[in-house]
Amino acid sequence: MNDLLAGLQSAFGLIIHLDHDLVEISLRSLQVTLSAVFISAAIGLPFGAWLSVTRFRYRRFAIALLNALMGLPPVVVGLFVYILLSRSGPFGVLDLLFTPTAMIIAQVIIVTPIIASIAHQSMRELWFLYHDLLISIKTTKWQRMQALLWDGRRSLLTATLTGFGRGIGEIGAIMIVGGNIDHLTRVLTTAIALEVGKGDFPLALGLGIILISIAILINLSIHVLSRTEREGTW
Amino acid sequence: MVETILPVELQNAIVRKGTKDIIGPLNLTFGGKGCSIVIGPNGAGKTTLLRLLHGLERTTSGTVRWAARKGDTYSRQSFVFQAPVVLRRSGIENIAYPLYVRGVVKKAARAEAEKWIGDIGLRDVGNNDASVLSGGEKQKLAMARALITKPEVLFLDEPTANLDGAATLEIEGLIRAAVEAGTRVIMATHDFGQARRLATEILFMYHGKVHERATADTFFDDPQSEEARKFLRGDLLV
Repeated sequence: MNDLLAGLQSAFGLIIHLDHDLVEISLRSLQVTLSAVFISAAIGLPFGAWLSVTRFRYRRFAIALLNALMGLPPVVVGLFVYILLSRSGPFGVLDLLFTPTAMIIAQVIIVTPIIASIAHQSMRELWFLYHDLLISIKTTKWQRMQALLWDGRRSLLTATLTGFGRGIGEIGAIMIVGGNIDHLTRVLTTAIALEVGKGDFPLALGLGIILISIAILINLSIHVLSRTEREGTW
Repeated sequence: MVETILPVELQNAIVRKGTKDIIGPLNLTFGGKGCSIVIGPNGAGKTTLLRLLHGLERTTSGTVRWAARKGDTYSRQSFVFQAPVVLRRSGIENIAYPLYVRGVVKKAARAEAEKWIGDIGLRDVGNNDASVLSGGEKQKLAMARALITKPEVLFLDEPTANLDGAATLEIEGLIRAAVEAGTRVIMATHDFGQARRLATEILFMYHGKVHERATADTFFDDPQSEEARKFLRGDLLV
């Protein structure tokens, strides 16, 4: 209980004093995850729509695989990206290991299947509703995807926010490819792990509370901006 | 004047689902003008016939042949479904959608849709989400969306099956106006009254086959087939 109180106190302290390191770490967390989510959404949402309107031979297998990829273990993804980006790896010349870019790459791999899979689930239901009409109107495949993406935007927002939630709290992959280097690749989750390791529980807890607050704040502000639960029913 | 897509001709057309023949073999031609009404009990194959003509179903064997080239055939037809499909957007956007798909610029498409939404009496709710409209309003919306492309052929699959008298009357008014404007209407229903009011000819379907094809007067006054007589008498056809 004392640890919790101390955690709250230290969280307040950090926020009130706008601790320079804290601001830097928080911003980097946001930078990495928001970039990753943005890229993942740009790939995952159209892919989910495409998967909804396209029939091909191994479709069921592709969907099952995509769903399975949602549970991709971040540590393994991190290891995989590490090997690819390490000096001796195929992309070693790019010199990306232990940079925020490497962390973004790893998170894109983790988040894209989540966004694509959830987006596909919701657009599949919409497609079931629209199917006859859109075929009757002689829409092209691209127009069908557009209709699903636009009319299903509310549930796609949820899919994207789920991806964000997964990314912002993720540590396994970014620890490996980022290395938790102070002032370079340290983010909230890796900083928490470090402080726990050092035994500084109040600071770790403070950082944790800030992490949760950021996640909630981002979710709320996006809901307010997009006016979910206000207009209409979707 | 562009070349017409009619007549459409079915030759020995069969649609099979599993081992069951849903319809066929059918040999039919639809051409000219007017309103053909396909009538018959549930499961007779009315919907399947309409969907087959519109290209939403494929023949298991036999052919469906439209007079025009395949490319533009289906874009000069519209289909209104029994349960109206509304897109998750406003009423006006729903009506304008087929025009967007055809590449009409947004402003012109919206202006045309505004005109239609006034014609069907939904101007006040045109900017609201279409999903909160009543059943009758949704179906009127679907009619306007079908008619905005000025189709040469309009397929209607029991468009008033779930509607009350007032809504049915409005839909029938739209159908009548379309027929008068020269649209070829092919419609399924099992409402005798409606068939009498709208039909220039009747096709009586039962167990996937057309048992009788006649003008509305002939069919209702003097049906030739035993099944049609039973159906009109109100006997249960199973």
